[in-house]
Amino acid sequence: MTWLLVAITVVATVLSDLLQSYEMKRVGEQSVDARGMARLAVMIVRRRYLLLSVVCLAFSFFAFMALVQIAPLSFAVPASAASFILETVLAKLLLHEKIGTRRAAGAFLVLCGVVMLGR
Amino acid sequence: MLQAGRTYLFLALFLGLRAFGNLSLAIGTKRLPENLSAHPMGFLSSMIDPYVAGGILMLIVALLVRMALLSLADLSFVLPMTAVGYVIAAALGRVFLNEPVTAWRWLAVGLIFAGAAMVGSTPRSTTAPAEKPR
Repeated sequence: MTWLLVAITVVATVLSDLLQSYEMKRVGEQSVDARGMARLAVMIVRRRYLLLSVVCLAFSFFAFMALVQIAPLSFAVPASAASFILETVLAKLLLHEKIGTRRAAGAFLVLCGVVMLGR
Repeated sequence: MLQAGRTYLFLALFLGLRAFGNLSLAIGTKRLPENLSAHPMGFLSSMIDPYVAGGILMLIVALLVRMALLSLADLSFVLPMTAVGYVIAAALGRVFLNEPVTAWRWLAVGLIFAGAAMVGSTPRSTTAPAEKPR
């Protein structure tokens, strides 16, 4: 059950992140003051990709909530990072972000650390 | 330069909210009488627990902060930088939940910091926004 919850968390997170990043790039820079927060909340309802990303995030969240109930916090949080490399690759392929050698190496180091942390 | 400052400010705010949101959620769910994966309706009743409710509130605000962050920087920059949150989670688990954190795990912490530092020295954004801010 633990790994099933990890899988649901990871897949839903990847979908949510890609949709959110794609849509926020189209929207442009936002602030986080009170008005900016309200604008972001309205934006979620009005932009379908953002709405869909929130639905995916909800699935991810409930799976994570069940996971953190039965597993240690120091396992559950790193295990959810299994989405890391998949998201980075998809960010390059689908969002056309440039992933340089230095950034890729740094991301790989982070991934190694996260995997070790989960053991 | 101003945009760089805003990017790192949002990043710090997001990390703090998510770390303590997850901790609050862990404390709240671990003391619930029912197993959430076996009884999905338990998600609704769990919301009245103050730790679960507080955790959810912090994570919702973290989500909004991260949306603002993604409007400033690439996903492939944001993701590795927020990986520092895994280190914070291990530390909070050790301090507040008395979880065992071995030398192996602290070695992992060092790797994560090194990786995050490398990523932090690369450009924050490689794609331009398509629309002007409103």
